[in-house]
Amino acid sequence: MGVLTQYQPLRLNAHIGIGIPWDLDRNIGGVSVLPPYERSSNSEWYTGTANAIYQNLEYMESYHPDYVLILSGDHIYKMDYELMLDFHKANNADVTIAVMPVPMEEASRFGIMITDEKRRITDFEEKPGNPRSNLASMGIYIFNWKTLKKALIAMAQKPALDFGKHVIPYCHRKGAFLYAYEFNGYWKDVGTLHSYWEANMELINIVPEFNLYEEYWKIYTKSEIQPPQYFSADSVVETSIIGEGTDIYGKVYHSVIGCGVTIGKDTVVRDSIIMNQTQIGNHCELNKAIVDEDVRIGDYVRLGVGAAVENEIAPHIYNHDLVTVGERSVVPNGITVGKNAVIFGITTGLDYENSCLPSGKSLIKAGEQL
Amino acid sequence: MRAIGIILAGGNNRKMRELSHKRAVCAMPIAGSYRSIDFTLSNMSNSHIQKVAVLTQYNASSLHEHLSSSKWWDFGRKQGGLYVYTPAVTAQNSNWYRGTADAIYQNLDFLRSSHEPYVLVASGDGVYKMDFNKMMEYHIEKKADITVVCRDMPPKANLERFGSIRMNEESRIEEFEEKPLQAKSRVISCGIYILRRRQLIEMVEKCIEEDRYDFVRDILIRYKDVKRIYGYKIRDYWRNIASVEDYYGTNMDFLKPEVRNYFFKQYPDIYSKVDDLAPAKYNVGASVRNSLISSGCIVNGAVENSVVFKKSYIGNNCVIKNSIILNDVYIGDNTYIENCILESHSTIRANSRYVEEDGQVRIVVERNERYTM
Repeated sequence: MGVLTQYQPLRLNAHIGIGIPWDLDRNIGGVSVLPPYERSSNSEWYTGTANAIYQNLEYMESYHPDYVLILSGDHIYKMDYELMLDFHKANNADVTIAVMPVPMEEASRFGIMITDEKRRITDFEEKPGNPRSNLASMGIYIFNWKTLKKALIAMAQKPALDFGKHVIPYCHRKGAFLYAYEFNGYWKDVGTLHSYWEANMELINIVPEFNLYEEYWKIYTKSEIQPPQYFSADSVVETSIIGEGTDIYGKVYHSVIGCGVTIGKDTVVRDSIIMNQTQIGNHCELNKAIVDEDVRIGDYVRLGVGAAVENEIAPHIYNHDLVTVGERSVVPNGITVGKNAVIFGITTGLDYENSCLPSGKSLIKAGEQL
Repeated sequence: MRAIGIILAGGNNRKMRELSHKRAVCAMPIAGSYRSIDFTLSNMSNSHIQKVAVLTQYNASSLHEHLSSSKWWDFGRKQGGLYVYTPAVTAQNSNWYRGTADAIYQNLDFLRSSHEPYVLVASGDGVYKMDFNKMMEYHIEKKADITVVCRDMPPKANLERFGSIRMNEESRIEEFEEKPLQAKSRVISCGIYILRRRQLIEMVEKCIEEDRYDFVRDILIRYKDVKRIYGYKIRDYWRNIASVEDYYGTNMDFLKPEVRNYFFKQYPDIYSKVDDLAPAKYNVGASVRNSLISSGCIVNGAVENSVVFKKSYIGNNCVIKNSIILNDVYIGDNTYIENCILESHSTIRANSRYVEEDGQVRIVVERNERYTM
């Protein structure tokens, strides 16, 4: 298994390591992290999804594969790829694309596959205005190795080589057998802040659709922190999930709290996601906040209060009244932050006017978080 | 560290009552997420001991499951590693381990084939953190033949189940009594020893020749006047869990911030087998006060002054007070539990009531059908 990384790989590399948590620390096979690298000629970053695969042809070749399974790492779902491969083999397919039926009215947001009654793909459309089918591509592909290799080499010069835009259409043009494998379980793309927040909030439901508590088909992860979580005598917790080693002294409602977090006395956390190792002081109030790892929040800090104002810089990213605090940021005592606001970096009282960051504003002190 | 480790994990103990019916004392769950042997194993790993043997005998299966992979304690190596030895029938021997010295004797090849000059022998039922390198320095500095870890016990503690020690001002052990009814000193042995590997081989061989099988009685006590046996005091947290009262007390100690801080937050860490459990979940109606909850739990009721281990389910309107809920317990709705230890995998029917008076601990083992209630 190869993991292609490029954007801010340190955290992901540290997370994957040699693959122990997923039983991938093997003598034969196992996991390799594959960042772009310099070569004697033609060094470049990964310019597109298929370009990243193209740059690792040699890696794949070394395993003499019959099939290659291509996946995205930002989706939440449980899937037995073996069944998809069985389907691929049974149909003598060259390429199989996993698809999911979506409501017809939402189909125009996806790449849509049009198939015949045997699930052979006859046509496809990227975000069509008038969709002819409701089978949305999940970005999961099985290729016959020969088909993939030929296509990648033929298309190598295309800038920003992409599976959906270039490689699949190329295979289709060349008359390859393309099949759609229908998947009907829970599937969520967490590529935006709001879908990420939503996916987390869904896990809090009494019996969530995506059930983490089943014995079969568990989701594995690296856990550095093992101790149980502690609740003080005056803590309150309701409708939440909480990770290992977290200490709760305040009140937590309808939230997802990571591992090794501390939530101070008289602090109230609502509808929020707090990631690993973040420390939140006393007497704070957090509403619809996404707080990244290793953040320090002082005392009497209020996040997500006031009127809803659209974010001034990037409303397509910071929306739905969420407040976002970036990794390893620091928020000092007594600060009030509005909705659709974002803080990133080690901030001090001087960065805020009247100890306040109004709704829709961004405070980004990039490069100073180390 | 130039020592190999031996963990004596074979013992049974009636003082654990029903809790030892299904597992060895060393496999007892501790503090929500750990098992007793994790503390000694982690201490050895953190002290850079490379090669450790765990000698098991009584009810060893849950211990074996826990030790099924050595990587969690960082013993998954080419050089050294973690070895688990149970009694085996051989051409020369068809006995169970007849005592601690016999357990070592039956695995003498492990000692013979090692090249490290020292051996650290420890029990697996202590909850503590210790850098064995410091103990080794002390051992060498004192020119001791054997160094025994010992501890001052508080005035009210019951010492009946410990070895009692009296040392001179140089810390050389002058008196050593095994489990005396009336202890003459407040210093007890923690069951952790360092000695030279060759010395141990010699002593154990001699023991068996004379049909003696116990490490404490037949080596420490017997040799105390001819060999230089020194005491090395541990001053930080140490507690042996091998009685129901101490087991309950040790777990409850983890509700104290200083104990939690010492074991969970301060370097070095204690390691355990990783279970890949989901985060604990709290539904409407949950209320948790001064308690530890482990991953994989689902809480719908009230929990107070208690320790809840992994994967337990607490139903609606339940009240759990001053209790220990071991792994994978299912507690039906409207149940009241106070001053109890619930054995792991128990299934408690809805509307049950298990109460023990303060100062006592009741052990609850309920094997009801879980999914047909």
